[in-house]
Amino acid sequence: MQAARQYPQRADGKAALIELQRAVKVYGGGAASVRALDGIDFAIQAGEFVAIMGPSGSGKSTAMNVLGCLDTLTAGRYLFQGVDVGNLARNQRALLRRHFIGFVFQGFNLLARTTALENVELPLVYRGMPARERRRRAADALGRVGLSGREAHTPAELSGGQQQRVAIARAIVTAPDVLLADEPTGNLDTGTSREIMKLVTSLNRDQGITVIMVTHERDIATYAPRIVSFLDGRIASDVRNRDAA
Amino acid sequence: MLWRAIRLALQAIRRNALRSFLTVLGIVIGVGAVIAMVTIGHGTTERVTSDLQKLGSNLLIVRPGQSAMRGPGAAGAEADPFKERDLQALRQQLYEVRAVAPVASRAVTAVFGNENWNTRVTGTDNAFLAVQDWNLVAGRRFLDSELRAGRAVCIIGATVRQELFGRRDPIGERIRLRKIPCEVIGLLEAKGETSFGTDQDDTVLLPLRAFHRRIAGDTDIATIMVSAADTADTAKVQADIERLLRERRHISPGEDDDFYVRDMKQVITMMAGTTSVMTGLLGAVAAVSLLVGGIGIMNIMLVSVTERTREIGIRLAVGALERQVLLQFLVEAVVLSLFGGTVGIVLGLGLAGAAVELLDIPFVFDPAIVVIAFVFSAAVGVIFGFVPARRAARLDPIEALRHE
Repeated sequence: MQAARQYPQRADGKAALIELQRAVKVYGGGAASVRALDGIDFAIQAGEFVAIMGPSGSGKSTAMNVLGCLDTLTAGRYLFQGVDVGNLARNQRALLRRHFIGFVFQGFNLLARTTALENVELPLVYRGMPARERRRRAADALGRVGLSGREAHTPAELSGGQQQRVAIARAIVTAPDVLLADEPTGNLDTGTSREIMKLVTSLNRDQGITVIMVTHERDIATYAPRIVSFLDGRIASDVRNRDAA
Repeated sequence: MLWRAIRLALQAIRRNALRSFLTVLGIVIGVGAVIAMVTIGHGTTERVTSDLQKLGSNLLIVRPGQSAMRGPGAAGAEADPFKERDLQALRQQLYEVRAVAPVASRAVTAVFGNENWNTRVTGTDNAFLAVQDWNLVAGRRFLDSELRAGRAVCIIGATVRQELFGRRDPIGERIRLRKIPCEVIGLLEAKGETSFGTDQDDTVLLPLRAFHRRIAGDTDIATIMVSAADTADTAKVQADIERLLRERRHISPGEDDDFYVRDMKQVITMMAGTTSVMTGLLGAVAAVSLLVGGIGIMNIMLVSVTERTREIGIRLAVGALERQVLLQFLVEAVVLSLFGGTVGIVLGLGLAGAAVELLDIPFVFDPAIVVIAFVFSAAVGVIFGFVPARRAARLDPIEALRHE
């Protein structure tokens, strides 16, 4: 994927980290087809923390899947560091995910009956990193999310907030260019949600990780300095949030 | 990468230990059956061959009638039986022959004191012992005078001794065969059963003339056994016998023989052939159960892929390539089937070992069949694991992550 970085940059010499151009995503065909994304244009620069809001069915999850290279557009372009992801094969998109993107999901999505350390190691395994190095980095990532000492616990032995921290550790262990969080607090109580959001905010502010977060909760979205609202597959608003924590 | 996949597979198998075991049961039974069948088959072949070789591989059996290969006794009744003068002629005119023995027998009840026993009485002479390579453990052979006069003296087998005399010394005692008193002069060494289940020791030998006069009431010789010299060409001896008997029985050129000469070497070859065909057939039947076992593995792997859809989604999301997921599930199927194969090999050898004891045949360990079984079970894993593994690898990560 090193070649990706050699793609032509924009005229101003500063490629956006992520850019959607007239992005359209249609599910199904004929009369029953749904335009989940109906001509979206927006760009995210490296180091940003963006919340994507909107009611269910507004297209925010679809946008997330596209940004995460899990799904491809029906029309328009998705440029990741200037690379048109639409032109990439399935395996190449997997490599993009492996090297540049970290995921955090609403349902945590940890491997059951697998220790926290092994869960965090997983992305490094597919990079073919030697076991010793892998373990060191995974332990380090767990430390960064405040879970030192829980390496040997399985998800069943951890609280929801701790599980989400493990998931965040797994997302950042590869030092990704962007962290994609899909309703990261959706399964958590208010207190725990606040802790997780503090962690995410500090990852963005102190460690410079670009964060894109999908949520339908305004409270959660206000942690982000930029809030993009979706409605019916279009962008309804794209505002700076001066109150960001 | 492969080593990691193997470790992952072992983990997954251990987590579902009971299910994994039930899954591979088909393979275990299939491989076990193949191994057991083939090992027992080899043992039987070896036993039959060595039994027939004990009979003497230089042995030629001459009988009246047409070739028994077409069915025993069918034409035998019509052809003239051999007489003592045929025996004399063969003894005088054959070269490169170790011994020529007459055989004529009847089923007879032998009585001693209060004991009686149904056995087989054979009229013959000392050549019979040479042809059969049979030694005496007590007493003596027939004397020439006894043979010439047809004296009522007999040599008994170990079973007859056991049934009539128990542990007593039979030599010098008189037994009755069809009311004819007969002195026991010798005891044969025990030979045991043939692989066809006949007890060779259940026999009483009588001088041929005594047999003719007192038991049979005729002068027929049912079989002549010819033992060729070790250095002799049995085919040539066989040709000599045929030429001689055709002449004696006035068979004109072009006419079919009304007797046949069977070379035991051919019989050995034929029997070994039959048993190896049987082994092959049994092995083929067992191989079918391997196929069934493979389908079992495919079934469970498909279930496993469905169950672990979410896990697969996570792996794909963090950047696993299609082929890495494929490898993971393929390795799991192969590890499963190899595990089944290994258990099956051990089980099969154990079964064969027990059967071999029971059937009293030699245990013939064939490393080739073990290797074949091992390779075959690996192949079953690859073949039947491929479809589920490909299904796993081709899952849509979004769908997979949403899967409950």
